[in-house]
Amino acid sequence: MLGYIVRRLLLACLTVWAISVLSFTIIQLPPGDYVTSYIAQMAASGSLVSQEEAQNLRLLYGLDQPMYVQYLKWMGLIAQGNFGMAMEWGRPVLDVIGDRIWLTVAVSVAAIIFTWVVALPIGIYSAVRQYSLGDYVFTFVGFIGLAIPGFMLALILMYFGFVLFNANIGGLFSPEYLEAPWSIGKLWDLIKHLPLPALILGLAGTAQMIRIMRANLLDELRKPYVVAARARGLSETRVILKYPVRVALNPFASTIGYLFPYVVSGSIIVSLVLSLPTVGPMLLKALIAQDMFLAGTIILLLGVMTVIGTLISDLILMWIDPRIRLGGK
Amino acid sequence: MWWRFRKHRLAVVAGIVILAFYASVIGADFLAYADPHLSEAQRSLLPPQPIHLFDEGGLNPYVYALKGKRDPVTFKRVYAPDPNEKIPVRLFAHGFEYKLLGLIPTDVHLIGVEGAKAEETLFLLGTDLQGRDLWSRLMYGTRLSMTIGLTSVALSLFLGVLLGGLSGFYGGVADTVIQRIIEILRSVPTIPLWMGLAAALPQDWDITRVYFAITLIISLIGWTELARVVRGRFLSLREEDFVMAAELAGCSRFRIIFRHMVPSFLSHIIAATTLALPAMIISETSLSFLGLGLRPPAISWGVLLQQAQNIQTVAISPWLLYPSIPVIVAVLAFNFLGDGLRDAADPYGI
Repeated sequence: MLGYIVRRLLLACLTVWAISVLSFTIIQLPPGDYVTSYIAQMAASGSLVSQEEAQNLRLLYGLDQPMYVQYLKWMGLIAQGNFGMAMEWGRPVLDVIGDRIWLTVAVSVAAIIFTWVVALPIGIYSAVRQYSLGDYVFTFVGFIGLAIPGFMLALILMYFGFVLFNANIGGLFSPEYLEAPWSIGKLWDLIKHLPLPALILGLAGTAQMIRIMRANLLDELRKPYVVAARARGLSETRVILKYPVRVALNPFASTIGYLFPYVVSGSIIVSLVLSLPTVGPMLLKALIAQDMFLAGTIILLLGVMTVIGTLISDLILMWIDPRIRLGGK
Repeated sequence: MWWRFRKHRLAVVAGIVILAFYASVIGADFLAYADPHLSEAQRSLLPPQPIHLFDEGGLNPYVYALKGKRDPVTFKRVYAPDPNEKIPVRLFAHGFEYKLLGLIPTDVHLIGVEGAKAEETLFLLGTDLQGRDLWSRLMYGTRLSMTIGLTSVALSLFLGVLLGGLSGFYGGVADTVIQRIIEILRSVPTIPLWMGLAAALPQDWDITRVYFAITLIISLIGWTELARVVRGRFLSLREEDFVMAAELAGCSRFRIIFRHMVPSFLSHIIAATTLALPAMIISETSLSFLGLGLRPPAISWGVLLQQAQNIQTVAISPWLLYPSIPVIVAVLAFNFLGDGLRDAADPYGI
């Protein structure tokens, strides 16, 4: 069991490292650097930046050094909890990102919870009442959910929200709480706004989960031990919920690890459509402005968040599945 | 395999839908009736124009002509259908010139109008912000979106088979390294990564270069699933007697892999590839939707949907959402087809 955890932790560290290198290279890829785009921006608004000034800016941000030095510098700063300056905003990156990263976490976790809460009962229902009307309906809805990318679903729902209820369903807060400091009222407001993004983000995952759950449970239900349990006079709910569902949950839990990155990456683009105050819209802006520290930090934080989420799901899997817990692999 | 596949009704229907899609990819110029790049600011955001089928007691399709008027309040020139003037719609009408299949110069289109230019009167699905005909743009968008799916799947297939094959056939260190890479790639949220890579593309690249760069970016991350399938197959086949026999007969590694092993799991690869295609299509659409993928003047589903980003615009002109329909249909069809193929390829299936 300990070996398993250690292996997972090592892999997580490796992944974080790979993500940091990846995000750093990504930001380095475009020709030119922040100063180039800063100069272009200044020129567009009419003021000129002199050669000397540009050189000073480059020195200030350490852009004149070789790439690996810049990377190491960046990593060193991060180790001290300093993520550098968001150049476009002229403020520390962490300040700029602020609440957004936590809101991203909130939206993603809400989507995962939605997926579990919805997929589990529906999966069980579909397997127990195979080929019933409900089964067909859910299978159909599931396929549709799988086929519609999140941002498109968001667009369509927003359109209907706008036309039918004349309400803008985007955002995470009501206008009166938008700038307000955190309070119970604001938190409750957030919770009230979460279900829709959760539905949009979670639908595709839910569809997949339902299919997995249904297939697994169908396999289990045909096994003799279920018949035996039934023959002993256990109530039908107990027969199904106590044993086959538990076994069928295993592969269910192991896919959580892949669900999390999927939801996080979906949240980026859905946030743009629904104008949620997550890191998504900010990442897009930072990338377009070539704001390297900001974009790099966002990608890094998202990556780390995913790794932690995956780690947690691995631990859940371990808790559910004794075969892993007892180290037999 | 074929007769088992045929029993899967839904998959067969899906296959036909896919074929129809690719037929329209080939015949995009023929199906479109207006030059997709021709813009006219004054005709922006015209609603879809229905074709009236019957006139004067017989089948005589027509559309109302569009008349430009000055808005008395804003003094803007607006176009509105004029019920007094009917313009007949004909099949195989003449329109803008193009080369059929890239070879035969012609100007015949599936539909068109008589006595006027199609660009000026016929807007089956309305127009976009720049006053370009949405139907014609959709046809061209289909061409790009469907082919970008194919090319990126081909690329990731190559990567997947190569790396998955290496991993499964040699095992050992190669296997461990490749498996770890796959695990890392799969635990990275893909869209931010894609966004980063796509944003790195120089702004001044032309359509073709951006196209191939996007293909490369999408497939760089998409190969993992295929690699897993291939590796799994290799692992199970490596122990089979016929591989051992081939080895004893003195076949080279290369020959064993490509002559003996690959054919026996080809059907699985085809199924996995079909299932990978919709993901590629969605990726391209999402990226272009964000403005980081293909850029105008290239036309793809995502580029078309970019105009629907603003909810106010969509509320006034909902036809801008139409390009989402082919995306959904194509993705569904590929999923059904892939499922059917997988079931048919499974030797333990019913």
